Amino acid sequence: MKDDNTPISRKAFMEELRRYQKGSVTRRHFLGVTGLGTAAAVMGGALPGLLPTRARAQDIGDRVVLATWPNYHDAANFDAFTDATGAYTQVNVFGSNEEMLAKIQAGGSGWDVFVPTNYAIPTYVEADLIEPLDLSKIPNFDAAAFEKRFSDAGTIDGVVYGVPKNWGTTGIAFNSDKTGGVVDSWKAFFDGARDKWDGRVMVHDYQLTTIGNALVYHGFSFNSVDPNELAQAEKLLIDVKPHLYAISSDYQPAMRNGDAWLTMCWTGDGKQMNTDMPEIGFALGKEGGEIWSDYYAIPKDAPHKEAAYALINYLLSPEVNAKEALAHGYPVADSRTNALLPEELLNDPIIYPAAEALSPLEFGAAVTLTDPNRAELMARFKSA
Amino acid sequence: MTQSRARALLLTPAALWYAAMLLLPLAVVLIFSFGERSAIGGYAPGFTFEQYANLPARFAAFRNTLTLAPVGTIAALLIAYPLAYFLAVKVSPKWKTMLLVLVIVPFWTSILIRSYAWIFLLGGKGIPALLETVGLDDVRLLNTPFAVLVGIVYGYLPLMVFPIYVALEKLDKRLLEAAADLGTPPWRAFLQITLPLSMPGVLTGSMLVFILLMGEFLIPAILGGGKVFFVGNALVDLFLQSRNWAFGSAVAVALVVIMLITVGIYTRLVKRFGASRDDVGLM
Repeated sequence: MKDDNTPISRKAFMEELRRYQKGSVTRRHFLGVTGLGTAAAVMGGALPGLLPTRARAQDIGDRVVLATWPNYHDAANFDAFTDATGAYTQVNVFGSNEEMLAKIQAGGSGWDVFVPTNYAIPTYVEADLIEPLDLSKIPNFDAAAFEKRFSDAGTIDGVVYGVPKNWGTTGIAFNSDKTGGVVDSWKAFFDGARDKWDGRVMVHDYQLTTIGNALVYHGFSFNSVDPNELAQAEKLLIDVKPHLYAISSDYQPAMRNGDAWLTMCWTGDGKQMNTDMPEIGFALGKEGGEIWSDYYAIPKDAPHKEAAYALINYLLSPEVNAKEALAHGYPVADSRTNALLPEELLNDPIIYPAAEALSPLEFGAAVTLTDPNRAELMARFKSA
Repeated sequence: MTQSRARALLLTPAALWYAAMLLLPLAVVLIFSFGERSAIGGYAPGFTFEQYANLPARFAAFRNTLTLAPVGTIAALLIAYPLAYFLAVKVSPKWKTMLLVLVIVPFWTSILIRSYAWIFLLGGKGIPALLETVGLDDVRLLNTPFAVLVGIVYGYLPLMVFPIYVALEKLDKRLLEAAADLGTPPWRAFLQITLPLSMPGVLTGSMLVFILLMGEFLIPAILGGGKVFFVGNALVDLFLQSRNWAFGSAVAVALVVIMLITVGIYTRLVKRFGASRDDVGLM
């Protein structure tokens, strides 16, 4: 029934592809860039009558539209949500915060819940695109249970716009069979790319991390927008480019296939690859890099706000959140959820790295999202 | 009076279609292209030529597109022509329908999926692994311009095959018989009869493929590993990543203008070529 109409078969298609790649689809997956997520949103909006409708006591409508990152949820939780509320969760998968922002800026996204990263929230607030949250509708959010550094970016000027979903890092995934050991510095990463790992290294198709880590290589801040420092990062990137295997955020297939030996990598991807292929390790750059936190938020023009609150509240209940974490391998900042997670997960050095490994990392800054120089630098790097 | 009213009435649907589907979107793009990028990205109204002045910043993207689009079109033509010829002229009618269907069937699957399939074929465990068994070590195919070319030719082949097939199918076989009767060798009959008469198909196919290639972004992104940057990729990044919609619109306008110019030159060259060929034919 669900698979008969276009939006859901789109979703099914995404799931097929994901299944096909055996959980290998990356967080900011390339497919997001292809616009398939949008197609699903648009088509879903055009065919409301085709979606299942069920009458329930607590009437929150028949569906809720979630814009999120790939491989970031446990599909069984959505099914349980539908059973409990009658609202079907339509999932749209995206490639980057920039892309999400572009869709919301253009208007009529049709989303009820989306998942911005810490540094994107100030821009949404500034553009008046994000709903101040009515916390009375999210009783499962207990601010005291959350580690502050992973929850404070959701609050701006005392107003709560986002409640924390997961946090993570951007580090280095390496195939130790090929690299001969741990690679835990951006110096080794970029120098090796031009030398012994020629043609085997991948960087993200994402300005924040690719430029950021090139800045860190030179000892600058991950978030720098200083023209002189950016120029040095650009020189490094353009010098490295001919030696790269690819510029892509869809790095799992190439890493698993053995074509790529090293890549910039998000926590959950690192964990997923390491679980299936122990020779693929994950390390944080010791000079620094990114630490991030994602938030559940509601766009101002969300068509199903009640359903949006219901879904966020549902996903934040510790039991559900624990199931989510088991499925996607990203750390949670909620102590109530962590209390439910198995010990080996909490002690996993990839998912919950030691505090000293995290200390040089920086949260992305809002300015990187809107700085035109970083955007142009990325375009020059990609077209060089 | 009634006749002109009827005419107006009959023209209305077409006019509305052009207005809604062609003029309106183009007008939006044109207006945006004279605007500015707002501080947080997106579009801010304005009237400036700044975006057009900034076009050289995407020179590399235009250069790559204007190189790979013609090369891809020619490569597709070179592969499609023999195939179309085989289907139209050589194959027995018994097999023809099935073989034609086989050319179309891949088109029923998303180009995305088919391009992903090529990732596996061109990746280290695909063709390079086969080459290794015959002693060719460390051949890298994926994420190169070559891989993009393969993807382009593969993806657009049916668009080239069918127009040529139709042209060849209509070819009057008696002309070839007459030529043979008069002692013309087959290669000459091909050059003087088959090829000229199939030119409309060749031109249609080339045009279709060329125009689509000019806007291509998916295949370079998937098979070029993000290292092969077309105007299409520049546009995707400008609208979805850096959210510089004003500059993106200017790049889009520039692409349309370049396309109109190249297509114009192409049509003119084709006409001239056609005329001179007729002269040769008469001699």
